[in-house]
Amino acid sequence: MNFEEMLQRTPYSFSKEEKEAVLTERLSELTEKHRVSCPPYGNILRSAGYERGRIGSYKELPFLPVRLFKELELKSVPDDQIVKTMTSSGTTGQAVSKIYLDRVTSANQQKVMVKIVSDFTGSSRMPMIILDCPSVVKNRLMFSARGAGILGFSIFGAKRIYALDDDMKLNVEGLKAFLDKYRGQRIFLFGFTFMIWQHFYKELVRLKQEGITFDLSDGVLIHGGGWKKLISEAVSPEEFKRCLTDVCGLSHVHDYYGMVEQTGCIYMECECGHLHASIFSDVIMRRPLDFSECEVGEKGIIQVVSTLPESYPGHSLLTEDEGIVLGEDDCPCGRKGKYFKVIGRLKNAEIRGCSDTYAEKFR
Amino acid sequence: MTNKEKYVNAFTETFDITEEETKGLQYSGISAWDSVGHMSLVAALEDAFDIMMDTDDIIDFSSFEKGMEILSEKYDVEF
Repeated sequence: MNFEEMLQRTPYSFSKEEKEAVLTERLSELTEKHRVSCPPYGNILRSAGYERGRIGSYKELPFLPVRLFKELELKSVPDDQIVKTMTSSGTTGQAVSKIYLDRVTSANQQKVMVKIVSDFTGSSRMPMIILDCPSVVKNRLMFSARGAGILGFSIFGAKRIYALDDDMKLNVEGLKAFLDKYRGQRIFLFGFTFMIWQHFYKELVRLKQEGITFDLSDGVLIHGGGWKKLISEAVSPEEFKRCLTDVCGLSHVHDYYGMVEQTGCIYMECECGHLHASIFSDVIMRRPLDFSECEVGEKGIIQVVSTLPESYPGHSLLTEDEGIVLGEDDCPCGRKGKYFKVIGRLKNAEIRGCSDTYAEKFR
Repeated sequence: MTNKEKYVNAFTETFDITEEETKGLQYSGISAWDSVGHMSLVAALEDAFDIMMDTDDIIDFSSFEKGMEILSEKYDVEF
């Protein structure tokens, strides 16, 4: 099955065997392509003892540590084909990853992201409230992960409003007018976990005491970017949802896991609270001692594979996050593929994630 | 204003280019038509023709000419 054929399929439709075959074919192809076109990557493969003919499953393909994209400029296309450079979120003074996108990879990222998200929200576009400030997308040549997330999701917005101004203050009047105008329609909200908590939820609580309330019971919220800060404030995912429901009626809330190194292949949280791998990507939990694959239910370091990266060798990466695979093909929500949860960052790992790096300012 | 004029206007105003420059223009062919510009263009076209485009069509909208094809085939805009 080639990539164009994959795009015709619904994103959670492959059983374990079918997905294994498709991923092995596509990811082996990408490994070979990057080996030839990206000499530093080819060198890494050689020293890792990679032999093309001996790969029986995508699980045997080498993986790069995700922080290598901070240290090396890894690209597999000539400079004149690069249309966009994306950077990871980082705290001040921290090195950032640079991810180089050509036209094909960039377009596929958007296509896949739309397919995945549509499975949860429906494909129709909705009035959209962006729970962030407009300045995040100002620098158009260098895209921060935060700006890229907002832009990627903006395709679902028929009309859009930024709920916060550049000082991260809630635009109460603007928001009221927007909600009045689109009353009765389903509203799409997007933002990063900590910013939502700090600048939206807390402000709504304060406004409620003054008698100003918002009704978002028709809304669907997608948020991501990391939980570190909220966990330290003892706000669990369940608590986060419950609080939002209490303050404004918002009850359709989906977290997602994703990273700028594999933009497009996000892992959405289903109605049962599980993160799901689509047919376009997968997670493999690795034991820290020998990198062998963990059993279902066993905690490990998360490896992510993606079928999208053609312009940089980022199709198989070892993250600095820990997680647990909860099951495969049998989530009660009906979606096939692995479902899992993320426990958090490895000890001593750098802080990253759009939500967590921003939250560092609030220490 | 004819539909063709409205269509050209959406491009010239969104990207600050001349009518001459719209011919054969491709997505990311000029710096203004990047992913941010693309969403602005879609908003301008939706306002001009009072339509709402599907996400698939927004993604397929890869050039000036392709856009006309999409609008006439799927949104009954006659050029």
